[in-house]
Amino acid sequence: MATFLLRRLGAAVVLVFVIATMTFLLMSMTGGDPARNILGDGATVEQVAAKSAELGLDQPLAVRYVDWLGAAITGDFGRSWFTNEPVMTSLANKFPVSLSVVITAILVTAILSAILGVTAAVKRGWIDRFVQMFAVLGFALPNFWVALILVTVFAVNLKLLPATGFVPFTTDPGRWALGLILPVAALVVGTIASTAQQVRGATIDVLRQDYVRTLRSRGISHRSLLFRHVLRNAAPPALTVLSLQFVGLLGGAIIIEKIFALPGIGSLAVNATLQGDLPQILGLVVVMVVLVVIVNLVIDLLTGWLNPKARVS
Amino acid sequence: MTDVASVAEQPLLTISGLEVEFPVKGWRRPPFKALKGVSLDILPGETMGLVGESGSGKTTIGRAVLGLAPIAGGSISFDGRDTTRLSRADRRALSADIQVVFQDPYTSLNPAMTIGDILAEPLLTSGTARIAARDRIRELLDLVNLPSDAADRLPREFSGGQRQRVAIARALALRPRLVVCDEPVSALDLSTQARVLDLFIDIQEKTGVAYLFVSHDLSVVRHISHRVAVMYRGEIVETGDAAAVTGAPEHPYTQRLLMAAPVPHPKRQAVRRSERHALLASQRASDAARETVR
Amino acid sequence: MSEVVIPADAVVPVVASGRQKLYRRVLKNPMAVVSLVILALVVLSAVFAGQITGWDPGRADLNDALAPPFGEHLLGADASGRDVLARLFFGARVSLIGALIALATALAIGIPTGLIAGYFQGWFDSLSSWFASLLMAMPGLIVVLALISVIGPGMVGVMVTFGALLSPGVFRLTRSGVVSVRRELYIDAAKVSGLSDYRIISRHVLGVIRAPLVIQASMIAGIAIVLQAGLEFLGVGDSSTASWGQMLSEAFSNIYVAPTMILWPGLIIGLTVGSLAIFGAALRDTVQGAEPARKTRRRKPTNEEETSTRRLDLSTAATAAVISPRDGGQEDIEPSDALLVVRDLQVGYPQPDGSTTIVVDGVSLHVDRGEVLGLVGESGSGKSQTAFSILGLLPDTGAILGGTISFAARTIASADGAAHGAAALRGRQFGYIPQEPMSNLDPSFTLGFQLVEPMRHILGLSRPAAKTKALELLDRVGIADPRRTFDAYPHEVSGGMAQRVLIAGAVACDPELLIADEPTTALDVTVQAEVLDLLRGLQRERSMGMIMVTHNFGVVADICDRVAVMQAGRLVEQADALELFDDPHNPYTRMLLSSTLEDTEPRAARSTRPVSSRGTAR
Repeated sequence: MATFLLRRLGAAVVLVFVIATMTFLLMSMTGGDPARNILGDGATVEQVAAKSAELGLDQPLAVRYVDWLGAAITGDFGRSWFTNEPVMTSLANKFPVSLSVVITAILVTAILSAILGVTAAVKRGWIDRFVQMFAVLGFALPNFWVALILVTVFAVNLKLLPATGFVPFTTDPGRWALGLILPVAALVVGTIASTAQQVRGATIDVLRQDYVRTLRSRGISHRSLLFRHVLRNAAPPALTVLSLQFVGLLGGAIIIEKIFALPGIGSLAVNATLQGDLPQILGLVVVMVVLVVIVNLVIDLLTGWLNPKARVS
Repeated sequence: MTDVASVAEQPLLTISGLEVEFPVKGWRRPPFKALKGVSLDILPGETMGLVGESGSGKTTIGRAVLGLAPIAGGSISFDGRDTTRLSRADRRALSADIQVVFQDPYTSLNPAMTIGDILAEPLLTSGTARIAARDRIRELLDLVNLPSDAADRLPREFSGGQRQRVAIARALALRPRLVVCDEPVSALDLSTQARVLDLFIDIQEKTGVAYLFVSHDLSVVRHISHRVAVMYRGEIVETGDAAAVTGAPEHPYTQRLLMAAPVPHPKRQAVRRSERHALLASQRASDAARETVR
Repeated sequence: MSEVVIPADAVVPVVASGRQKLYRRVLKNPMAVVSLVILALVVLSAVFAGQITGWDPGRADLNDALAPPFGEHLLGADASGRDVLARLFFGARVSLIGALIALATALAIGIPTGLIAGYFQGWFDSLSSWFASLLMAMPGLIVVLALISVIGPGMVGVMVTFGALLSPGVFRLTRSGVVSVRRELYIDAAKVSGLSDYRIISRHVLGVIRAPLVIQASMIAGIAIVLQAGLEFLGVGDSSTASWGQMLSEAFSNIYVAPTMILWPGLIIGLTVGSLAIFGAALRDTVQGAEPARKTRRRKPTNEEETSTRRLDLSTAATAAVISPRDGGQEDIEPSDALLVVRDLQVGYPQPDGSTTIVVDGVSLHVDRGEVLGLVGESGSGKSQTAFSILGLLPDTGAILGGTISFAARTIASADGAAHGAAALRGRQFGYIPQEPMSNLDPSFTLGFQLVEPMRHILGLSRPAAKTKALELLDRVGIADPRRTFDAYPHEVSGGMAQRVLIAGAVACDPELLIADEPTTALDVTVQAEVLDLLRGLQRERSMGMIMVTHNFGVVADICDRVAVMQAGRLVEQADALELFDDPHNPYTRMLLSSTLEDTEPRAARSTRPVSSRGTAR
């Protein structure tokens, strides 16, 4: 198990490194002159040159890369070109908001799709048809449109739930939770739809296995069969889907945050994109990839723990 | 294990000191030696039976002859020509001479192709004209006792035995001189099995093709083989005439193998069983004796 | 890092019977037709947008601002007074072209790399698989946002990037399809025939992955449309032309004034993407319906099986068996103390078209205490179905349609379904030994756990007591190092060992009846002999009744006291073992016995005359 863990950890570090490098190179190949962009058309050539020097843009690419990487390893992604705020500070402010939404959504997805998927696989009948139809519906309806409908119905018309705003958990857990209901609901429609479908498929696969019949022939109870043997063997593929959903949710959150005016990474990402704020975008990408890699790592470990064969390969 | 028949004739296939290794997944693990220096020859028109338990390497020999296994050492020559390592083009040329019938008639035929297309494939690849190919297909279907309208149908419309007949027809399409038969009847029902075996013998008598016949079943091998080689853990432990090897084996493993096969009659099986227990006891005793001497 | 990510059941190495037939079958599926019609309408409305609406999507007229629907503007006008319907139709162009670009990119990258990686494997496979997992770890929207800041908001660049980010799905699907096909023997046969790699891929491999790829493509197109709309909604897309995302964004700014404005773009996105998804699902159903989804190890006899027929109607079944004096249940007089009695058992599988496939028809048999009954037949004879009926473990789709099964004078199963006694007997009075040792052990639990769990549940033993008993059992079934085997996982032991563990499991709770379904078929013959010795020993020592399902008359001769021969769902003969072998009454039994090769003479020595007949064959 230890070598399995070390190998996965090593692979994760390499992955983050490669993506960081690729992003840096890609972002540094900008056609225009960032300094000119920042200062606007009114600035003189000298001012632009000075700004370039200040940002280190006059250095060769390799030197910039080594500098950036060296600092990034220590968690320093430089300062925003526009607000001059350290990138890490703004990320530290914004990420908790987005993660509240995404992590809640992933937990809700995991729980509800496990219940729906397993029930559909075991009971079949109407609930099975519902899960299948829901899968198409959840795939077809963009989550931001669902969000708009939810806002219209619950916030604008019924005035039941807050349409906008974010209250930190530490300030008021109750209002924090209330504010999360609509954004999370909008996000999970799609993820539950596809994850429940996957859980259903994986469960049906396991139920068809020979060993399930043999276990039944041994007289163990239906509950133990389902919760101990079937769930455990059906979990790895479902977990894999969940880790992909996490990646998707990070993207989805950016749009959802706009609708609910949540002060998360969404506005940061959009503004940095529109302005061409490279340090900000780089920091954002790297931190996101690190998050994704951590989630994948956790899921890999869980899979390895559940399935002894995965540990070997 | 000298061979009377080989005095006059040149062997069709000669395998000498063949070694096959499969890479083992994992960092710097030594490869798995599936064959540890195997030597074998087959005369024209002869059936060489190859018997052994799963993992003994019997299938690997067949695959090595066909160019489907990674050869690490030794050599294979066909009709006096070295065929140990061939390019795909040379292999194509050889495909007219060496063909194969696999075990599983369910995966050895592409389910999306009609029987006619399956049979045409080797013919067209070797440059046979389309019209000539059609005639040949009719001939082949006739040879394996399938109706000629089978050509337009799909594999799944046929039973296991019939599919295996199609696989045999495909193998015979180019009039090969050697067919590697890899457990060709073990997926079949008892009665089908007997009939397909008789078809093999019948075809051999009509065409003079030689078989390398791989099976785990001693009785099947005895039924069809002129000579038999017994494999155990990547090595041939005994070779000889079928009657001798399957009747009065010399090697302890072959003896165990023979005694383990149950006889389809309760009384005789009871005798066989006690013989087997006696054999195992004596083998254990001699093993123990060897241990103490050491 | 993560594993395969293909939508449920998509990678089934399924081949329909020829392409044309598949398309024709898809067109018979109403869901597929409806979705295709909707997609066609969306495409047509995009192509002929100008001709249909007559409004210029960009023409703003503040007099018409937020005009209600069904007036001059069919769906009303937006805040700038632009016609909503016209913008929807023109917006479809952006969405469809964008989706096409993304799809083309994903396929262009995914298919060739997947083919090469799956077929040739080696370093390219490792590298490209790693790269695919790298792409999948990238949060797509952020990557595209980052890219927009570099290359600008042009649609082509953005959609190409999306396509590249979605290509790992295509890659993995293609690759796993190729890998599974590559192992098929017909690929080996093609290689032996000397086919080039190019021919093998184009003839044998592409056909198999075509349908899953179309399904995947419809998903990718849908995802691309949603992602693109998302970008437009965020306001970082190309704002020069009308698009669905942009319309949603504008509707959002007016959500308090005109909430219905968000409906139209959302509905058309949902309709388009939903149609794509439904088409994919319909295609998948069609493909899977064509060939029963997964390959089962058991053989599937088909219509022209030489000796046995599985699918039989009641009418033909009546003529299937030749009645012999010792036939079936008639003469089967059960002793009063019979352990198990099966009377007139009929088992069937209702078909979707309303008919029923009968697999066991009128079978009557009994097993006494301490007696071994052999249940013999070829594949499709119904012998395993009979065994599973007794255990109450028929597949969900199968049912007992007639007759009764009783155990120790108590009815445990009947056609009306009133008695469901088998469940209570399983593990307690019934022990079951399966055919394939490896697939019958749960891969996620140690062998020890799988032995201990039923003992604790049924015998109520404590954990240590159950463990002690399990170790004793493992020792009894001939396992050299019980402790090590107890802690091992199934994949760590050999097939013979796994079968011994399964036997230990079957007898763990001291059953009175052992049902063994071809327990030695998957084993080497030397191991088979040992396992038969073990079974005989256990059966005598505990004087259990036993049903030995097998096709091998050697096995029957070795262990069975009495034999029942089945053919095509019916019992054709039942007799004491010795009697059956010495004097088989039924012609089918005689044919089976004469097919055994064990007694045949070795083949005559090869004639040394030069083979001349080769010339005639050529």
